[in-house]
Amino acid sequence: MPQEIEKQYKEILKQYLMKQTERNLYEGQNFSRQLIKKNIAPDEVISIHKATLEEMFPELPMNVWNSFDLLIEMMIRYGLAHAEHQSLLQQQEEMKVEMDLAAKVQRTLLKTTRPKINGLEIGLVSVPARKMNGDYIYFLSDNLNNAGVAVADVIGKGIPAALCMSMIKYGMDSLQDVATDPKKVLDVINRIVEKSVNDDMFISMFYGRYNVENSLFTYATAGHEPALFYNAQNDEFTELHAKGLLLGVVANVSYEQHAVTMEAGDFVVMMTDGVTECRTDEGFIDPKIVITLIHSMRHEPAQTIVDSVFKELEKMQNFELRDDFTLVIFKKTS
Amino acid sequence: MSYRSSVEILTEWDIVAARQLGRNEAKEVGFGTVDQARITTAISELARNIYLYAGKGKIEIERISEGGKYGITIIASDEGPGIPDVRKVMEDGFSTSGGLGAGMPGVKRLMDTFKIDTVVGEGTVIKATKWIR
Repeated sequence: MPQEIEKQYKEILKQYLMKQTERNLYEGQNFSRQLIKKNIAPDEVISIHKATLEEMFPELPMNVWNSFDLLIEMMIRYGLAHAEHQSLLQQQEEMKVEMDLAAKVQRTLLKTTRPKINGLEIGLVSVPARKMNGDYIYFLSDNLNNAGVAVADVIGKGIPAALCMSMIKYGMDSLQDVATDPKKVLDVINRIVEKSVNDDMFISMFYGRYNVENSLFTYATAGHEPALFYNAQNDEFTELHAKGLLLGVVANVSYEQHAVTMEAGDFVVMMTDGVTECRTDEGFIDPKIVITLIHSMRHEPAQTIVDSVFKELEKMQNFELRDDFTLVIFKKTS
Repeated sequence: MSYRSSVEILTEWDIVAARQLGRNEAKEVGFGTVDQARITTAISELARNIYLYAGKGKIEIERISEGGKYGITIIASDEGPGIPDVRKVMEDGFSTSGGLGAGMPGVKRLMDTFKIDTVVGEGTVIKATKWIR
């Protein structure tokens, strides 16, 4: 094979020295493409060049030949850098495949079923900024009178955040009773997180539960983005605040619990900071925009609202999500 | 019957002496210009590691033959601190992040076979062989 390459190169060089046309140069570049494909290192290419010249112009002065040896020596490192680059590219490709698999596993693992409750619409959108999602949604329901939802956000994103999520999931799985009070839910999850997570990992979580019989939406929060409550009769939004430390900071926290009564047309918007802290290159998007967007859609079904808000904000951010984006709406229809 | 010659590595100039020895040996054994330069680069890298991380050590060059094939083995040995995480130094991108050095993966690429023995606190022996193609 090396002889074949030398022969081809000799031909290209001969043509070029004779005519010096753009076409000759183009052929030279195409040839180098082949050499790269065959993993021929740059030092070898110079060596081929030297050998070819020796054949064509044996009378050239010694200094010229010697200079090639210096050039070959110098090109060895370029060859190594190239080989390393190739191998890193391959590793990157392997990692990408692994990540895709992991993301798939995560999606299966964190699957949750949307409750079906009479008179309640649930809209949900959750989109990761990278492959793995650091936001988490978990529904708990008896599919009769109660629908609970946990919205959690690991500070940080990507793989570490995603791994953390499985812990919340198994914590929530252990609480199969939707009657459990929100503050109790946070209390249990907090203990689990506190025991298993490093000090540098924080999770915020909101838990809300809607009960059909008394139309009460009861909620508690662990340092999470406040939810928004839309009161249809007054046509106004209020923030649902409650005191509560982030999960995993200390073992014993007593979380506050509050409730609002929902009337037909009212809805609660729960989200992660990927929604409130949308940003473009010019800075953060005004949070009022989110409220204005939701308000303009207030008569639409819950899923339509979340979908359109996501689409709008995605557009505003030039289709580049910088943080995981999760938006859930509980809307009372009757 | 193998023939071995060596250079002690104590100062940076000894790296040059080791290179010189390696290049001469490679030439005499019959390697072409490119392979001579590759063997020399591998020696350079190994000698430099001794100089930088172990302080002192030795580069030996052995001429070898087997079944009509001829080649060269470089043996780099030191009684330095040893390498705690060999896998890490063999990773691409580990040693190059600083100054575009070839590092251990580079030496491995330049040669045909590469073997490393290291004990933390006792030292390191690296053997790398290249055959004439």
